[in-house]
Parts: sequence; structure tokens; C-alpha cells
Amino acid sequence: MTTQVAPTPHGALGLGDDDIVAMYRIVLTARLLDEAALRQNRMGRAPFVVPAEGHEGCQVGTAWAMRPGTDVWLPYYRDGGVVLTAGMTPYEIFLGIFAKADDPSSGGRQMPSHWGHRSLGIITGSSPIATQVPHAAGIAYAIKYRQEDAVVACWFGDGATSEGDWHEGLNFAGIHRLPVIFVCENNHYAISVPQSKQMAITDVADRAAGYGFPGVVVDGNDVLACYAAMKQAHDRARAGEGPTLIECKTYRFLGHTSDDDDKTYRSRDEVAEARHHDPLHVFGHYLREAGVLDEAGMEQMRAAVKSEIEEALAAAWDAPDPEPESALRHVFAEDADGSDA
Amino acid sequence: MTEKNVVTAIRDALHDEMVADDRIVLLGEDVGNRGGVFRISVGWMEEFGEERVIDTPLAEAGIVGVAIGMAMHGMLPVAEIQFADFIHPAFDQIVSEAARIRYRSNGAFGCPLVIRTPCGGGIHGALYHSQSIEAFYAHVPGLKVVMPATPADAAGMLRAAIADPDPVLFLEHKKTYRAVTGEVAEGRQMVPLGGADVKRQGTDLTCVSYGYALHTCLEAAARLHDDEGISVEVVDVRSLAPLDTTTILASVRATSKAMVVYEDNRTYGAGAEIVATIAEEAMFDLDAPIVRIGGPDVPAMPFATPLEHYFMEPEPDQVYRRMRDLAHA
Repeated sequence: MTTQVAPTPHGALGLGDDDIVAMYRIVLTARLLDEAALRQNRMGRAPFVVPAEGHEGCQVGTAWAMRPGTDVWLPYYRDGGVVLTAGMTPYEIFLGIFAKADDPSSGGRQMPSHWGHRSLGIITGSSPIATQVPHAAGIAYAIKYRQEDAVVACWFGDGATSEGDWHEGLNFAGIHRLPVIFVCENNHYAISVPQSKQMAITDVADRAAGYGFPGVVVDGNDVLACYAAMKQAHDRARAGEGPTLIECKTYRFLGHTSDDDDKTYRSRDEVAEARHHDPLHVFGHYLREAGVLDEAGMEQMRAAVKSEIEEALAAAWDAPDPEPESALRHVFAEDADGSDA
Repeated sequence: MTEKNVVTAIRDALHDEMVADDRIVLLGEDVGNRGGVFRISVGWMEEFGEERVIDTPLAEAGIVGVAIGMAMHGMLPVAEIQFADFIHPAFDQIVSEAARIRYRSNGAFGCPLVIRTPCGGGIHGALYHSQSIEAFYAHVPGLKVVMPATPADAAGMLRAAIADPDPVLFLEHKKTYRAVTGEVAEGRQMVPLGGADVKRQGTDLTCVSYGYALHTCLEAAARLHDDEGISVEVVDVRSLAPLDTTTILASVRATSKAMVVYEDNRTYGAGAEIVATIAEEAMFDLDAPIVRIGGPDVPAMPFATPLEHYFMEPEPDQVYRRMRDLAHA
């Protein structure tokens, strides 16, 4: 297997050995969780899952620059690595996959991967693409208005950048120099439509110029490069210098969802070539080369994560379903002040 | 009490609320420098600051989407869509997002958002400055849709909309803005959302309406009383969602005759829901078939005066004549 060592040493980015081990563990968790979820789907126990495979590196790399508990997160449906970094547990994710009553995103109301977690600052999302982008701008406006020290990050795919809502959100954020970071996980396909039929440019990041803030292109398979770009954007946002658009060049190894067959629109050669740059392996190689984690340590970690995921899965499967009549609740606030969480 | 027209009542109520609560911001096209095309917010940018009176880009989905974000982060945004006819690009943000945020998060998130927009015709607004949009949105659970028709209701319901923890589409019929005046109480009294109001008491029949059409009905009821001594009860729906079926049905059961009048295209209009409710719940209290008067089923209100008049009233004195016919039925 050909891999490249990530060029930026973690120490130069202010990351300790413990940090990158923790980051690697989340990338690995996202990967193994995906595999387990897909097996549940194929076993007929999960009607629908959304794999992140291939995206985990840029998800964890960018999310690591955020401050859980302080910053505000607007992930999109593929962002398992983002929400794990924000603090969601595999158990909570499986509660969503099995549509259980205690699913923190929606109590089993939404399809899996439609994230939301009030106490972690993960804002509830939907299926229509890019609708969360103006929300991110509005939240960032409120943060600025209320003079809070918080940063908003909003993740989306390349497909989202064709939507009007995407342009309207970035434009508003640029006008008001808001503390928000827009992260494009560019896997070069909007389901089956290749980038060449989505836009006449090579880099989504170029679009930032139209809104008056920087656009940055980064190798999405390089976890540390993604972190570096995000950290810089985060510093800019906190300093009042406004938004940044970060484009992570990545690749989706599997279908769009468990219902998609990507063989209908991508060659196996193309996918195989992309897998040579798998961020999990690239990052693992870096950790070994840097002497932070050896092969045995990695195997140990893999076993630990696997058993953690199996336990979470089993516990979530046994968790209670929502009560049928609860379908009528929460149309409007149940308390006058709206705090009926 | 002060005598005001509807637009002044809205302006004064919104102003008072903004003074009282700095979580409230106003955002929309031309609301800042220009003070709004209907002059609601003249001078407010200077008074409250640019950060609270926000001139936005010309992008309706963005206005509503940004306001949703603000609402989810501790603010009380009042988004203005310049004309209801231009709200359609924001349909997704209103219907898929604002209306569903509480439900989809199992109550974890709320969206205390007000969207104000002038609607309705009869003011030479033609196809794209005359539309009735209420039925599109009243169909959506999770969204409150109101259309006050008097200055007191406009002021009190706007205050209630701002205080409401859920999204409210606040529809202002343009023809009532300056044509309708009335007494408005001093102070910050609210008119609760979700309640209909008997605007004229009567015993012979019930006429249910809202928006500018309510005033056509009130005027017809007064004339019919003067001409023939017929006593018409006029119920102002005010809140299309939730719909106060209790008040409407109580009136219909008391008079035993019902007519429903609305300006929107007749087919699938909000009046259809009201007629269906009466038919379902009060069929055996009725002495005559329900009368339904809606706008013609043409795509929009045309510009030329005769065409516009025809849309608003296809037959001369239509409401008066059908009210009279129903009374004699």
C-alpha cells in the first residue's frame, strides 16, 4: 500500500501525542461504527444508514479545532466523525440507527444521521440540502450580537454548494463578518452527479472570493492538514476577522447511503485508487512513523473500539422504542416558555 | 385608547416590543435605511442600531434561514418579507425547517420566529403584489398562521406572536393598512393567538371570514340590518392555524346558518377547511346548505381596474346578496 506521511508534524500545530492518539481513535471509531451499522442494515435490523467511509479524516481533523461545550456545530448527514468529536457516543448514534425513544437527535423521529444534540451544541438538522447554512449564519450573528466567545462550524458536501441557501448563507456571513466556518467535504459526487456537472470550477473554495472571505483547499485525507486549516479559521473567527470556507478534498468509499449502488456511476478502479489514500491508513502510518503508536498499540486500540461498539450496539438494540402516541407530541411548545425538552 | 389605522398599530406595537426586549431584531429587505416599503420601521435603524434593524440582501430563503438560526440561539427575530408574493423561495425554510424544528428534535429545539408579510389584493398590486398565501402555510403543523383585520388585533396579536415560543407567520392584509381604523389600547396587552373573535353579534346567520374580506362582510351585515332587519353574526377567524373551531361552531349552532367568505382562490382555500369543519360537526344544526364564497380560480389578481374588481367581487354586491339569500333560505 502506498501512503504518504502527513507533511505537518503535529507538534508544530500545538498538538500533543495524546491529542493525535485521541484523534486517531475517533477516526477509527467512526470507521468501525460505519461497518457495524452497515452490517445491521444488511441483517435487516436498520432500515437505512449513511456511511462516512473515506470522510472520517477531514471530519475529525476539522472538528478537533472546535471546543466541545462552547462552540456550535451544524453537521450534515455524513458527519459521524464530526459528532463523535463533538462528544456523541456510539451508544447515542446506535439509538438513532435503531430509532429508539432516547435517540438524542430526534427520539427516533428522523432517519439516522440527522444529528442534533442540545447539550453538546449540535443543532438539529434535516434532509433538504444546505438549509443549515443560513442557520449557521444566523447563529453566528446571534453570537456576535450577544458578544459570546463561540464559533459556529457548518459542514456539507460538494452537492450543497449548488443550492441557493448555501449562497445566501455564505453571503450573509461575509457581509457581517460572522464567526462561522464553512467546511465542504468535497467527495466529487452529489450522489451520482460528478463535480464536472455541478460546477465549472475545480475548487469549491474559489467561491469564497464572491463573499469576501478566504477559501482554503486542503487534502481531506490528511487529518492534521485539516486540523491546521480549521484551527486557523477558528482563530480568525474568534478574532472577529469573519468566516472561512475550507474545502477538504475527500472521497466517499461506499454508496451515498445503504440504498445507493455506486457501481452505477463510478468505476471500481476509481474507488480502488481512492482507497489507496484512505485517511485512516494515512493517519495510522503517521502515528507509527512519529513513534506515537506502534502496530501492537493500534491492534489493541482496534480491539477496544470494536468491543465498545459491540456493547453500544447491543445496549441500543435493547433500549425502548418510542411510545406510538408520542407521535403527537412536540408539534408546538408544551410549556409556555418553549423549554419542553 | 387611541384611534389608529392597522399599519400604525403594527408599527407602534413592534416599536414598543423592541424597546422592551433587546433580543428582538428586525430583518428584511429595505427595513433599515428606507424604513420598509410600508414605512413601518422609519428611523429605527438610527434608534435601535444597525445590528437590530438589519437591511438584508434580496434573498427570501436567506432572510428566513438566518432568522431561524438567530431564533435557535437566544434571539427573537422578526423577519419581514416585503410582499407575501415573494415568500415562495423561503417555503422550504419555513415548512421544512422552522415548522419542523421542534417536532424533529423531539422537543429539544424551538424556533421562536415571527415572519411578517403584507398580503392580499385590491390595491392595484396585480399578479405579484396581491397574493393570498395563507392556505399553503395553514396546512403545515408546527406553524402558526394568523391574519388580524383590525388595529387592536394587529397590535395585540403581533405582541403575542413575538412572545410565542414557536414560529408564527403574521399576515397583514395590505388593503386594511390604511383603510381600516379603530381603537387600540395603550400598553402591551396581547391578543392570544389561536382564537377567533365575534366581531358583530347576530342571531339569523353566521358569517365567517378574515382579512380584508371580513370588512366586506361587516359592511354587508350592517346594510342588511338597516335594509331588512336581518341579524348577522360575523366571526373573525383571525388565526387560521390553529383554527378556533369552538367559537365558529358555537356561533353556527346558535344561528343555524353559515357562510364562509375569503379572498383567496376558492378551491382548497382556508375557507374549505372551515366549511368542512361545519359540515362535519354541525350538519344537523343547519337550516340551509353552507354558502362558500372565495376568489375565482384563476392564477392571480390582474392589474386593470375592471379585472381587479372582478376578482375581488365577481358579482356586484356578491356578499350582501348571498347573505340576504341565505337569511331568507
